Amino acid sequence: MRLLEVNNLTTYYKLKEGYVRACENISLNLDKGEALGLVGESASGKTTAALSLVKLLPENAHVMDGSIRLGGREISGATEEELRTIRWKEISIIFQGAMNALNPVRRVGDQIVEALRIHEKMSEKEACRRTAELFDKVEIDQERVREYPHEFSGGMRQRVMIAMAIACNPKVVIGDEPTTALDVMVQAQVLQLLEELRREWQMGMILITHDLSVVGETCDRVAVMYAGKIVEAGPTEKVFEQPAHPYTRALISAFPNIEGERYLASSIPGNPPNLLNPPSGCRFHERCQEVIAPCKTDDPASTELSSGHLASCHLLKRKVKL
Amino acid sequence: MGPVNYPGNNNELIKISGLEVHFAARTGFISSLISKNSSLVRAVDGVDFNLRRGEILCLAGESGSGKTTTGKAILRLVEPTGGEVIFDGENVLQFNRSRLRKFRQDAQIIFQDPYESLNPRQTVFSTVAEPLEVNHLCSSMEEKEERVAEALKDAGLSNPGEIFIRYPHELSGGQRQRLAIASALVLKPDFIVADEPVSMLDLSIRAGILKLMVDLRDKKGICYLFITHDLSLAWLVSDRIAIMYLGKIVEVGTADAVIKSPLHPYTRALVSVIPVPKKISLAGRTLLKGETPDPVNIPPGCRFHPRCPEAAERCRDEEPLYREVSPNHFGACHFI
Repeated sequence: MRLLEVNNLTTYYKLKEGYVRACENISLNLDKGEALGLVGESASGKTTAALSLVKLLPENAHVMDGSIRLGGREISGATEEELRTIRWKEISIIFQGAMNALNPVRRVGDQIVEALRIHEKMSEKEACRRTAELFDKVEIDQERVREYPHEFSGGMRQRVMIAMAIACNPKVVIGDEPTTALDVMVQAQVLQLLEELRREWQMGMILITHDLSVVGETCDRVAVMYAGKIVEAGPTEKVFEQPAHPYTRALISAFPNIEGERYLASSIPGNPPNLLNPPSGCRFHERCQEVIAPCKTDDPASTELSSGHLASCHLLKRKVKL
Repeated sequence: MGPVNYPGNNNELIKISGLEVHFAARTGFISSLISKNSSLVRAVDGVDFNLRRGEILCLAGESGSGKTTTGKAILRLVEPTGGEVIFDGENVLQFNRSRLRKFRQDAQIIFQDPYESLNPRQTVFSTVAEPLEVNHLCSSMEEKEERVAEALKDAGLSNPGEIFIRYPHELSGGQRQRLAIASALVLKPDFIVADEPVSMLDLSIRAGILKLMVDLRDKKGICYLFITHDLSLAWLVSDRIAIMYLGKIVEVGTADAVIKSPLHPYTRALVSVIPVPKKISLAGRTLLKGETPDPVNIPPGCRFHPRCPEAAERCRDEEPLYREVSPNHFGACHFI
C-alpha cells in the first residue's frame, strides 16, 4: 500500500472572469521514506497542488475532482473537522518565507508548545520537554526556545519551521520552497537536515521548488509541472539524464552547470499561458520548439517510457509507435 | 554564443582602493540613553579592485557580505566613509553635486526586484523618458521619443508604439526587468551596477536577460559590476569574479580560475555547494557551520577563521594579506 496516492486532482480558482485552471489532473504517488520533488516555474500550480491535499487553500479555490488516499484512506471528502486531525499529525507543511509564517510577538518555543498541546493534547510540561528535543533535532541551541523570531537568522527560522512541521510525527511533510530565501551555504545545511530527518523518521516528503538542483540533491523522484499539469515524472536520475518532455529539456539546459561548457543557453521564448484560458491541446505548444500538428488540438496522453518514467508529449507516442 | 570574454582594450575605467562604508549601528532608545558609545557596522571594510572598459566583474558572496553596499558606494548612493573610487581618472568621492549628477549619467544601477523598482503609476514611456527630462538632455519631443524608442529596442522591448503606453503591471517579470534596463540605457552609460538582476526571475526567462546584458557589453562596451549570490551564474556571465566575505574581498581571479581552482577556503566551500542539475549526494561537500557573523563584531585576525575548516593558531590574531598568488589570481589567506 502506498503512503499517499493522488489521482486526477483538479483545483480551480474562481475569479470574476471565470475559472483559473491552476492544477488539472494531477496524479502522484509517495512511499514511506521517499522524497518527491515537484518542480515548476512560478504559477505552474505546484503549490496549489500540494496545498489541495490538506485543503489549505484560499476561499475562492475549489477542488473540483480527484481522489487523495492517505495510507489507503480516502481523504478528499474529509470535513473541516477531520482535516484538522490530518493536518500536522499526518500531513504537515514547511512554509516558504519563515519570517511570515512565525508569529513575531510570541516566543519561538511557545509557538511549538502551542501546536503540540492542541494537536497532541500534551500537558504543558511534556510539550516543553518535547520542544527542547525538537530544537536538538534541528540543531538549534535549546537555550533559544525563549527567544523571539526576530532574534533568529533566516536559516535558524527555517529550522524552527522544520521543528514545527515534524513536531507531531507526521507521515508526510510538504516543503513549500523551504530553502528559497536562503543563502547557498545555509540552503545546503537545511537540505542536509531535511534529508537526515527523513531517513531517520521514514517520513514521506514532497518538496515543492523551482530549483532543479534542490531536487537533484534530495529527491528520489521528480514531477515537472507546467501550466497546471504534470508534463513529466520519474526517478530523478532518469529525468535528469534522459529528459523526455521538451519543457524538461529546456529547463535543464537553462540551468548553469559548472561541470559543463560555459555558455549561455537560450531562454524558452514567450511566457507561460494565462490559465483563465489555457491553450488548446498541449499547454506548452505555443513555446515548444518541436511542435507538431496534433499538439495544437489534442491534449497529449501520458506515455510510460520506462518503469515509473512518464511524460506527456505527442512526439513520444510517435517514437514509441515507430 | 561562445564564452563571454571581451576581447577589447585593457584600459581601466574604475579603480577602487580601500573603500570603506561604516554605519553607526542602530541601538534601541533606552540603550542609547544608557551608553554613549554606539557600535559600528563595518559593512564594507577596505575593498580594492579595478574594472576595465567592457569588462564584467561579478561580486559574489552570501547575504550580509557587503556586496550590494559596495555597489551602491561606488555610485555614492550610500556615502563611503573612506577610500577612493577613481572613475575615468577622477575621484568620485570628491565630486560636488553638479559633477555627481553628470557622473550618474555615465554610471547606472539596475535593481533586483523589477516589481518594486518601477513606479507603478508611470507608463513605460515616462519611465524611460524621466532620466532624459531630469538631465535636460532632449531639446524636442521628437528627439525624446526617438531616444526612448532606441533604448527600449536595445533592451529587447520592440514595438515601441504599442508598449509606450503600457504600465508596469501589464508587463511580465522579464519585460519589467528589460524596462529597468532600458531606463538605465537611455543615458548611454559606460558602467552599470547590476544588483542581482535575474534572481527574481524564473529560470526560463533568466537566460534572455543575461544574454541581453552580455550583448550590450559586446556592442556598446558597457562595463558591469554584476552582484550575485549565485556562483554558477557568476561563472557563466563574468570575465572575473571577486568573492566577498564580511566586508572584504577574499579572492579575485578570472571566472574559470575562481570556480575551477579556488584558492581561499571560503571560496572552496562555496564552490563545493554550487548546485548542479543532476542526482548527487550531499556527501563530499564542505558544509560550513553557522552563518556569516554580524558585521558589528568582526572576528579578529582572519575574519573567516571561526568558520574556516582549516583555521590555525595564526589565523586568530594575524589578518592575512591580500596578494597575487598566481598571475591575475589574488587571495587573502595565510595558507595559499
